[in-house]
Amino acid sequence: MMEELLKVNDVSMVFGGLRAVSNFNMQINKGELIGLIGPNGAGKTTAFNMLTGVYEPTEGQITFAGKRVNGKKPYEVTAMGMARTFQNIRLFSELTVIDNVKIAYNMHVKYSLPEAIVRFGRYFSEEEEITNKALSLLKIFKLDDKAYEQAKNLPYGEQRRLEIARALATEPQLLLLDEPAAGMNPQETQELMELIRWIRDEFKLSILLIEHDMGLVMNVCERIYVLEYGFCIANGLPEEIKNNKRVIEAYLGEEVS
Amino acid sequence: MNNIRKRDLMSLLGCFALFAILQLLLSFDIIGPFWELNMILIGINIILAVSLNLINGYTGQFSIGHAGFLAIGAYTGAIVTVKLGLPFELALIVGTLCAGLVGFMIGLPTLRLKGDYLAIATLGLGEIIRICILNIEYVGGASGLMGIPRETNFAWVFWVGIFIIFFIKNFINSASGRSCLAIRENEIAAETMGIDTTKYKVLAFTIGAAFAGTAGVLFSHYFYIAHPASFTFMRSFDILTMVVLGGLGSMSGAITGAFLLTFISAFLAEYPEWRMVIYSVTLIVLMIHRPQGLFGNKELSLKMFKMGGGNDDGRTAESK
Amino acid sequence: METGSFLHQFIQQLINGISLGSIYALIALGYTMIYGIIKLINFAHGDIYMLGAYFGFVATTMFGFSFIPALVFAMAAAALTGIIIERVAYRPMRKAPRIAILITAIGVSFFLEYGMILIATPQPRTFPAVFEATVYNIAGLVINSQQLVILFSALVLMTALTYIVNKTKVGKAMRAVSFDTDAARLMGIDIDRIISMTFALGSALAAAAGVLVGVYYNSIDPLMGMLPGMKAFVAAVLGGIGIIPGAMLGGLIMGVVEAMVSGFFSSTFRDAAAFGILILILLYRPAGLLGKNIREKV
Repeated sequence: MMEELLKVNDVSMVFGGLRAVSNFNMQINKGELIGLIGPNGAGKTTAFNMLTGVYEPTEGQITFAGKRVNGKKPYEVTAMGMARTFQNIRLFSELTVIDNVKIAYNMHVKYSLPEAIVRFGRYFSEEEEITNKALSLLKIFKLDDKAYEQAKNLPYGEQRRLEIARALATEPQLLLLDEPAAGMNPQETQELMELIRWIRDEFKLSILLIEHDMGLVMNVCERIYVLEYGFCIANGLPEEIKNNKRVIEAYLGEEVS
Repeated sequence: MNNIRKRDLMSLLGCFALFAILQLLLSFDIIGPFWELNMILIGINIILAVSLNLINGYTGQFSIGHAGFLAIGAYTGAIVTVKLGLPFELALIVGTLCAGLVGFMIGLPTLRLKGDYLAIATLGLGEIIRICILNIEYVGGASGLMGIPRETNFAWVFWVGIFIIFFIKNFINSASGRSCLAIRENEIAAETMGIDTTKYKVLAFTIGAAFAGTAGVLFSHYFYIAHPASFTFMRSFDILTMVVLGGLGSMSGAITGAFLLTFISAFLAEYPEWRMVIYSVTLIVLMIHRPQGLFGNKELSLKMFKMGGGNDDGRTAESK
Repeated sequence: METGSFLHQFIQQLINGISLGSIYALIALGYTMIYGIIKLINFAHGDIYMLGAYFGFVATTMFGFSFIPALVFAMAAAALTGIIIERVAYRPMRKAPRIAILITAIGVSFFLEYGMILIATPQPRTFPAVFEATVYNIAGLVINSQQLVILFSALVLMTALTYIVNKTKVGKAMRAVSFDTDAARLMGIDIDRIISMTFALGSALAAAAGVLVGVYYNSIDPLMGMLPGMKAFVAAVLGGIGIIPGAMLGGLIMGVVEAMVSGFFSSTFRDAAAFGILILILLYRPAGLLGKNIREKV
């Protein structure tokens, strides 16, 4: 029996008169790699934003690791163990690569403000520890040699990797990736796929992946949810989804690979 | 990390040397009373600029009501010495805390606002503070609070300034400081990194306001008087100009900006009718040619620091 | 205060407030148009209003113009000044960080103020009486001819502006640029020309306000634009920045509130009231009375 991590129970999000997401149900267990797909405007990012506290759902319940998510602020949700990346990359672009990652460790810093101001006590040892942790994380993502460059100077693919590294630095149990392959070429996408699977195993966490690229999702995810016009039209194993009539209809006109 | 300790010590030694030289020049009257006054003003303006830089430059919250906090420090400090007859040291602490408290109370509701809206709100609040003071008879109303003892001297301004510069520098190089930088860079991403953005915005705002209060106490205890006309929005603009001219988010920039503008202003004192015209043209030309400020958000490098004899090691130099 | 005299006082202050408010509205219109089009809080705008008053002064005293020609002269001269300021100080900074442009605007403001002090000395000047000041007494309420002139002129100017913005080609282009500059450029609109036009229009309105104030208070000085400029900006924010009817509404509200505060409480708190409204509106309705709240998309 798998241990349940995230439970989304009959959740809806209404903006004015528009139901962006309707009666959505989802369950993610520990260690699972789940995909969330759907055509443009299906409500995927809205669903993400509800999970991470950016929006509060108008109806329904979200629980994470046994705790209620509804009404929590994004930073509180992150503290609960959920981290995310953004569809349009949101790095701290004027800061160095390593500072981007160090910021994500801030939650776990124990030294107090006075200690930092007079540079006393735990300040030095903890700062050193954070720097080392950040460097080793960057090494995993092959970014350590660029640690002191400004994040905005990285090429696109590396910016995407840095964003994932930064999310991992918050030490999450569930990692949410919003279209990580957007703008990548097939080879980069292939590498990313392997990276995602490897992250899941190495960091022992669950991953929820929003993706446009059907190929990526089919290959990497263990279970898939499909959204269309805010409704979940199917969920199941990649094989089932691939042969689901409604899904094919929803994607008609788009590439199904 | 030992390097950092060593560098801190070195800069502290540099400060001692700089202080010794300047103090000697003052003691032997090589620096006359006019430039002594301007040295004090430069010191006070540096405090104001670095404290506003914490809010505007590092945390990215566009505040232009700094003169209000300066006023609170000037007046509460003067109340402690003039009305209560207590020592100047206490006045410094009380002025700082009161300005910080008001900063906290103002920051909590207004920092929800962003960009220009925040700017205009802080501007309005700064003016409201001034108008309220103007209407309090206890502190002299429109004619100002007079008879403040001259307690501020060069040594006070210098060491309080050094303390504040180190305070802010160390703050920025801590986890809290990095949270502030993250908020400046991308508030939504900062929030998703587990940063309570409201908390850190208010924290930076409160610290910045408190130090403006410190500057206020030093100010009123040098000029014998605290007058509402010294704290109009023009004064806030002055401080903002120093920070932007130096380069938002650069400690060296804020210090240089404060130094340069006070110096230009003092130098032009000989041509009173041309003073503000030249000042404004200089400002416009500088902004057109260097919109990012003299330093951008960079710091003086260590090498330049040793040559220049400033008193700051920057965060970019240090994080390596 | 008994009810009768309270009501009387109230209506009297309402009249004073509306004439003061039309002045604010005229200045606020320029703020809002310029902000709408290049997202700049043009701190020098209050000084254009001051310049307008001086242009009017020159026209009446040196050229011997009567009211309407002097008004037109001041508006034209200010429009030209506005265009020049934009050309020289703001255009080179189109790509610069917004705060740098803001500082430049502050610099321009200083330049105009202290340049004027240099030329005209800091002493206030007496604006010549272009009308015979008649005081009308209607049911115990006092209205003077200047107030009527202000109201009438403001009404005419605002109607003209509304017409220009809504019906003419330039006006449509202005709205297009303020809505989406890039799209407007792609549609073949000459952005620079439209920005110049906006500065010209905004400056002309501010100059008109300056002349009207000169007529009303009979006194002008080089720093007269500082506080009204600031308050007009508050008025623009109050109505919803970038929204033209908002600026008119905001100006009127500001004027009326100020008149009420000085009439019923104390004139020393008049300015605090203006900024107090600002804070309240920002906290509870940051987009202004007529604005729409927009959320950043994640």
